Amino acid sequence: HLTITEPVAVLKADEVWGALRGLETFSQLVHEDDYGSFLVNASEIYDFPRFAHRGILLDTSRHYLPLKFILTNLDAMAFNKFNVLHWHIVDDQSFPYQSISFPELSNKGAYSYNHIYTPTDVHLVIEYARLRGIRVIPEFDTPGHTQSWGQGQKDLLTPCYNGKQPSGSFGPVNPILNTTYDFMAKFFKEISHVFPDEYIHLGGDEVSFACWKSNPEVKDFMEKQGFGIDYAKLESYYIQKILDIVSSYNKGYVVWQEVFDNKAQLKPDTVIEVWMGNNYAQELSRVTKAGFTSILAAPWYLDYISYGQDWKKYYSVEPLNFLGSEEQKRLVIGGEACLWGEFVDATNLTPRLWPRASAVGERLWSNRNVTDLKDAYKRLSNHRCRML
Amino acid sequence: AGNEQPREKPCAQLLVSVATPGCDGFPSLDSKESYKLSISKDSLLLSADAVWGALRGLETFSQLVGRDEAGTYYVNETDIVDFPRFPHRGLLLDTSRHYLPLKAILQTLDVMAYNKFNVFHWHIVDDPSFPYESVAFPALSRKGAFNAVTHVYTAGDVQAVIEYARLRGIRVIAEFDTPGHTLSWGPGAPGLLTPCYLGKNLSGTYGPINPILNSTYEFVTRFFQEVSTVFPDFFLHLGGDEVDFTCWKSNPKIRAFMQEMGFGEDFTKLESFYIQRLLDIISSYGKGYVVWQEVFDNGAKLRPDTIVHVWKEKSPAYVQEMAQVTKAGYRALLSAPWYLNHISYGQDWINAYQVEPLQFEGAPQEKDQVIGGEACMWGEYVDVTNLTPRLW
Repeated sequence: HLTITEPVAVLKADEVWGALRGLETFSQLVHEDDYGSFLVNASEIYDFPRFAHRGILLDTSRHYLPLKFILTNLDAMAFNKFNVLHWHIVDDQSFPYQSISFPELSNKGAYSYNHIYTPTDVHLVIEYARLRGIRVIPEFDTPGHTQSWGQGQKDLLTPCYNGKQPSGSFGPVNPILNTTYDFMAKFFKEISHVFPDEYIHLGGDEVSFACWKSNPEVKDFMEKQGFGIDYAKLESYYIQKILDIVSSYNKGYVVWQEVFDNKAQLKPDTVIEVWMGNNYAQELSRVTKAGFTSILAAPWYLDYISYGQDWKKYYSVEPLNFLGSEEQKRLVIGGEACLWGEFVDATNLTPRLWPRASAVGERLWSNRNVTDLKDAYKRLSNHRCRML
Repeated sequence: AGNEQPREKPCAQLLVSVATPGCDGFPSLDSKESYKLSISKDSLLLSADAVWGALRGLETFSQLVGRDEAGTYYVNETDIVDFPRFPHRGLLLDTSRHYLPLKAILQTLDVMAYNKFNVFHWHIVDDPSFPYESVAFPALSRKGAFNAVTHVYTAGDVQAVIEYARLRGIRVIAEFDTPGHTLSWGPGAPGLLTPCYLGKNLSGTYGPINPILNSTYEFVTRFFQEVSTVFPDFFLHLGGDEVDFTCWKSNPKIRAFMQEMGFGEDFTKLESFYIQRLLDIISSYGKGYVVWQEVFDNGAKLRPDTIVHVWKEKSPAYVQEMAQVTKAGYRALLSAPWYLNHISYGQDWINAYQVEPLQFEGAPQEKDQVIGGEACMWGEYVDVTNLTPRLW
């Protein structure tokens, strides 16, 4: 609650997080006249976000992002009242996270020793974010998207077969070995301590079954478990064990939609992230109907650049435009703008992400009826200049 | 005593030999850019006919130098004979849709040199703003720039660009696009643009340059006299694209003129009338000209050494346009498939790379008339915050 009158302006909030948002708003109200004097108009503002989860996804595996750029982006997020950094920290291409329990992961899996986030770096990001009211939710995506893990952790990934011989290449995490779960238990214990947020993102997307199908031991296991040839069951078998491990550390988890689509057994407080572009409205209906909390990313893949004012299409998304009861709609707690890193590094991150992400920021904070594009354009232009 | 390996002599110098002396001139369309680079244990030699070739060879040499893990610089033995396929290899920057600070232009010239580009096509003014500070007509930028103090190119700025480019073997071809794309000229040159009409009354808006007034040609004569002296290259780009006839059609005095001249309802004839007078003025200053394709498409009378700049991807397909332009005997520049401002997701460099400029129907001597092409970075969505990663 911001009251600006003479002689004293007052900013009141229930918690310090609200004060941070109010300070950002106050900074936007201050303007300079032609003589260089700073002015602010008398105002009275009651403000609160529409959605509680307003995130940005950064991908530091496809391309390493120097610490400085992550911190600059946290600043930009604060200017736009984003409050979650979804740190997609490792993936197939590289493993920059320096683990204390398993130092070989980054020793062998990072692009180079210069392309690493040390425990100090990670701590710095978390604290820098905290001071801006931003939660850091790390994503350690398994069992797919894990090629880089196999460099430093032998026998973690499934060896693929060419007929009767190993082909030399590897697939997703091997779900049939006890060593896999011993490793994951130890690894996620560290993660649970390093990252203070209640939630960890466990990934679970785009698991290719080809390698599992080629491996005779995996095929054996499938038979013994009675999964037949339904590899989605094997995937869920793995996922459930990981979810149980993470739960035992008192963390909640976010997963990509496939984990739900493939019918794994999920705890009721699981958050499902909807990312597939086709018919995401239907997916939101399904997910919320099953009683799960959901966040929306599908229409906000900002890495998909195109010519012209594409911010308009991001702005025009209405997250609750799907078939469902009021109760279901309440289960959508927010969304994320994603900047996947296949074609992004420090040379182009900032102009690619901003100010387009600002359109998503407003959509997630402001009231449902704030939709006028002309008005948004004026304010967005001004805001862009402020951010520069 | 064992056999001692002879110590590797470190290569200390690259000898540069240029046949035609002199570094004070400006590069031109005819400049020789070929060079030879011979690198062996005993000698490193770069030889070229002209200093422009030496520049290209130095760039290549710098790319050949590697550094090993111990930090030692090395270069492999090599023999290179190199020369460009096309003599006009250009880049267009648009400083009207968004102003670009001088530093950004100079930095772009550096990167152009790394990529052996040799023409900077400076689309300096257009509808949204007029940042070019004219000595003869200071009101043009005073009234037409986004900000007359911070968003202008002074005479000093312009000379700095020309010299910085020259030292890198890059020609600067300035484009003052008329008669369309000229809204920003209006505030500083009252009476220059055509007043539009709504029925019998002035609507308050303006259109292209007014082609029926003597004052227009007096202005154009004086303005382009300055431009011809400021920019040393033989060629000026005169624009001539996308002329919207609606405003001319609405203006009764123009309609009367059309009748007098016997143009009927064909406004392309009026457009060509203006263009031809402009071209004659430019010729009288000893300059050649490049024009956008519409000037050719709409039948203006062009000097035989005119260069036609093909920019439209369709209607007609640019491949056909290239055939038509060269068949008519003119030289051609290709930009249509290289509008780099049209960003898209993924490795779109592949599309640009796979363009074959001479893939059109034509005789060999017609294909010889294609002197090169230009990558264009139009400025509607580009300013200094995103120019570099968007262009390179």
